[in-house]
This record gives sequence, C-alpha cells and structure tokens, in this order.
Amino acid sequence: MSTMTHSPAPVAGHEERTTPPTRRTRRYPGGSPLVYAIALVVVALTLGPVLYGVLGGFRTNAQLADDPAGLPDPWVLTNYTGVLSNPSFWQYTLNSTVIALITTTVVVVFGMMAAYPLARYRFRGREQLFLVFVMGLLFPATVAIIPLFILVSQDLDLGNTWWGVALPQAAFALPMTVVILRPFLMALPTEIEEAALLDGATRIGFFWRILVPLSGPGMVTVGVLAFVGSWNAYLLPLLLLQGDMKTLPLGVADFSSEHSADTAGVFAFTTLAMIPALVFFLAMQKRIVNGLQGAVKG
Amino acid sequence: MTHDVRSPEAVERATARPAASGPARRGRSASVRMRLEILFFVGPALLLFLFFVVWPIVKAVQFSFYRWKGFGPLVDFVGLKNYALVLQNEVFTDAVVHNLVIVVMSIVLQLPLGLAIALLLNRKMWGQGLLRTIIFVPYVLAEVIAGVVWFQLLQPQYGVVDTMLASIGLEGPAQGWLGTPEYALGTVIVVLTWKYLGLAVILFLAGLQGVPDELHEAAQIDGASWWQVQRRITIPLLGPTIRTWMFLSMIGSLQLFDMVWILTKGGPANATTTMATFLITEGTKRHNYGTAAAASVILFVIALVLALTYQRFVLRRDVAEPTARKKATR
Repeated sequence: MSTMTHSPAPVAGHEERTTPPTRRTRRYPGGSPLVYAIALVVVALTLGPVLYGVLGGFRTNAQLADDPAGLPDPWVLTNYTGVLSNPSFWQYTLNSTVIALITTTVVVVFGMMAAYPLARYRFRGREQLFLVFVMGLLFPATVAIIPLFILVSQDLDLGNTWWGVALPQAAFALPMTVVILRPFLMALPTEIEEAALLDGATRIGFFWRILVPLSGPGMVTVGVLAFVGSWNAYLLPLLLLQGDMKTLPLGVADFSSEHSADTAGVFAFTTLAMIPALVFFLAMQKRIVNGLQGAVKG
Repeated sequence: MTHDVRSPEAVERATARPAASGPARRGRSASVRMRLEILFFVGPALLLFLFFVVWPIVKAVQFSFYRWKGFGPLVDFVGLKNYALVLQNEVFTDAVVHNLVIVVMSIVLQLPLGLAIALLLNRKMWGQGLLRTIIFVPYVLAEVIAGVVWFQLLQPQYGVVDTMLASIGLEGPAQGWLGTPEYALGTVIVVLTWKYLGLAVILFLAGLQGVPDELHEAAQIDGASWWQVQRRITIPLLGPTIRTWMFLSMIGSLQLFDMVWILTKGGPANATTTMATFLITEGTKRHNYGTAAAASVILFVIALVLALTYQRFVLRRDVAEPTARKKATR
C-alpha cells in the first residue's frame, strides 16, 4: 500500500493485461491433465459453497435434512418466491442501492476534485496536504466506530438515515481514492495543460472540460471500489440502521438468525441478496482488479 | 505513510513534473486566486475527511480517558484506568492473540496456496478467463453473505460439511466446528482463507503479467527447468506484489469483525473474539464507551506499529531496488 504513490498511472495496468499471455507461456504448454485436475479442484472448492447455497434454495427443509449433499428433488420455487414477495427484501435492496450510490458519488466527485491540485498545482505544503489523506489509510474505520456512532446518531441526528451511513463511508473511502487518482492525474501529459492554458482556459476550465473527461477510467475504478465497499459494508450499518432502513447484509444476517431453522429459506434469501452484487462486480471485475493492483503494485 | 518510502529524489521528481503554470511569473493576485482554487477543490474532501475520520479518532482518544456510559457530559476522568482495565481483561488479551494468529495464519495459508494457483494458471489453458473469474467470486461476496452460507454448511451433524465427513467415516465435533472452543478459531481461519485466497491469486496473476518473457526464455536456453525458472526468477520478481499483499492482509486481519460476528459472535467461550468484536461488545452492548475507546486506541497502536515496522524493514527494500521493481511491475 505504501508504495502506491510511485506509480504514474495505476490504471494503466489494464493495458498490459491485454497483451496475449500466449507469448510467455508457449514454452511451457499448460495442457497437462494434472493442471486441469488441480484447476478443477480449486473451482469446486471455490464455487462449491456458493452453488450449494443456490441449489439449497430450490429444496425443502425436509430434503435438506434427509440428504444434505443431494440435489433438489423435486425443485421447489417457494423459497425464492417467498423472498421475492417479501417487501422487506426489496426495501433492503433499495437502501443498499441508494447508500452505495450516494457513497460512490461523493467519493468520486470529492476525490477527483481533491486529487487535481494535489497532482497538478505547485504550492508549498502540497506533499503535507497529500500526507493528511495518506495517513487516512492507516485509520481503520473500526478505531473510530464508537465516536462515529455517537457523532452520527446523537450530534448530527442522522442515526437511521441513508446519509448517516453514506457520508462516513465516503470519508473513509477518500484516502484510497485520492491515493489512486493523484498519480493517475499526474501522468496525463503536461502538453495538454499547456495547450489549454495557452488557448485561454483557466485551470478550473481545464479541470472540467479536459481533465475530467480524460479521467474516465480512473474514476470508474475508484467508483467501483467505493461501490463494492459500501454494498458489502456491515459494521457501520449495523450500528446505525434499524427496521426499514437496513441494508441487504443486515437483512441477510437478521433473516439467518431469525429463521435459523428454515435453512432453505436462508439459502434463498442469501442467494438473491448476492445476485445483484455478483453480476455487477463480475462485470466490473477488470476495474476492481486494476484498482487493487494499482494500489498494490505501486 | 506513503511518503516514508519515497526517496527525496522521487519527491523532487514528482513535484517538478506537473504544473506547467507555476505561480512564479504571475502576480500576487494570481497566487491568491490559486489558493482559492486549491481551497475550492480540496476543501470539500478535506472537510468530510476531518469531520468523519479525524474528529472521531480524536474523540476515541478522548473517550478512552473517561468513564462514560454514552450520555451526559464527559466528567468522570479516570486517566489511564480504562487502558489498565482493558489490558488486564483476559478477553481482550485473548482477542489480541486471536488477531495475531489470524494475521500469521492468513499469510501462512494464503501465500503458498495463492502462489501455487497463480503459477498454475499463468499459462495458456482452456477456460483461463473463466477460471480467473471463478476464483474471484468469494472475494466479491460480502463477508456477511459468505459467513451466513458457511454458517449453514457448518451446522453440526446435519450441515453438509459434517455429512460429507460422515460419508467417509469421519465425525465432526458434537457441538459443531464453530461451537467447539478448540476448533472454532481454526474454522474461522479456514473460511477466511476461502474468502480471501482469490484476492491473492488475482493480484499475483496480475504481477506475473509483468515478469518479462525474455528472462524465462534466456533461463530456459540455459537449461533451467520449469520449477527452477519459477523459484529463481518469477517468484523473486513477484516480490513487491507479495510484500504489499502481505501488508494489506495484515491490516485486514487486525480489523476483522464481520466474519467473526456472523459465524460465532466471538464465542464459544470467547474462543474467537477479535479486538473489533471486543470493542463493539463493550461499546454498544455494555455501554462502556471509555473501555471500548481504550481498546480501539490499542488496536490502532498495534496496527500502526506493525505497519511502520513492516514498512521500515520489508517494504523499504522495494524502493532500494527500483530497477528490479520496474521490471516486476511494468
């Protein structure tokens, strides 16, 4: 993590990923059955629990009790339809979506704005200012969680609201965002800026009209990371949200402990809760990997 | 902390490169204008950060010196008593040990497994893209969702794990893997390995993309075996990726909360408490905000010391060998 400021453009990572892997690997042909066998085991262990949950949702509790390792026979849809007709499920999904969208928007807009002068202005104290954000990487949200809970619920009176969760989440996502975006903005050639300024653009105009459009990939990367973080978050929502304001992770955890005997129902609820996230994140997989890789490779 | 690893030259270069329009040849008004612009751009992020990150942490330090039940003014100043209470509390010291065990075991398990899988997958094979996606799935799931599914799989007797063990003649513990104090922490670590191995594999694979082919070819011409090439060339060049992954893994392990809360709530008999579950239980269940704050400050200090030590002795090498790094990561 600490080497990440070196990278001129972490997001440039996706360029190298497009080089075909054939070149390197031709000399070690990977066709051996052993490799495929190991790969198969890895896949089975990785996907097994997830698939078991998905299939378990299509079984009855009696089936699960009789033969835990069996397949659905017959396939029943009642668990899934039960969850889908449960208004709480949709309410939780809505809450998760809105909170994640607010978090992402705040992170991307504020992060982009902050990264701009930190990357492209020359002023005294710039590195120190950047350091303030970098230090944030060292502050785990857990450390601040108790005062944060009191600040949001008592002082700001945002206890059971979307904003009460989204704003602190955005604040804690900002350091990583600034740290990823700054080298990205630094790497954009100075010639563009010189040309724009010669043509009479102000620095603010340069930011909105040229830098922001050019930074699409970087913003998508930090945006996806912020969205993932918010969508999966548990601790802060656990302390701040109750009743109808709960997010999906809270809903899943509650459903699991309230209906602990209804294993099939728990599987159905869990499966449906993971679908939107899985689809979105796997579609954005490259971006997530690029972002993490950018943070790691430095 | 990032700045610490930066050599002075690196800072010099970084500051010199951008900003074609320095304020140097403009007048004083231009400089004032630039300050306003900086304020406009950095202000919102800085305010949000100071308000929701820095201020609560300052408050945590303050709370830790008071006995406070969550309402009324802070009046009952107790000095370092909360710290003494926390450090003498066996539940907390056990939690610190659990965190450290998780830190070590995560690396001990995930590093060799992750490396092996990454080296295995880093070749042309059928379904490679699909494989990478599949390996990434557990990482993408929320810890809560993964935890709830595993909780069901690990139910004593009628859970699928115990059923499968029974089918090969083995028997799970009567209270279940999560319900038996001797096994609970190990079980949590296994689930964590399942959840986070994909991240290690994906990062290592990305790092492997940067290892130049020429090295492999040269080594091969010199008669090196596949294994020799991996051990002497690939893995050393992957060093920076591995070291930084380890750092991320350690910091994550120290903060662990979600998975433990879902699987065991810290039980049975406090066998799986972490510093985070301890401070949440103290704070929100028992309303001992002072002791909870003291625990969080201790967590922070442990994380900070670990981070700075690791940075000082391990990560610094990556800066000392910039050429090797460039090759490995570009």
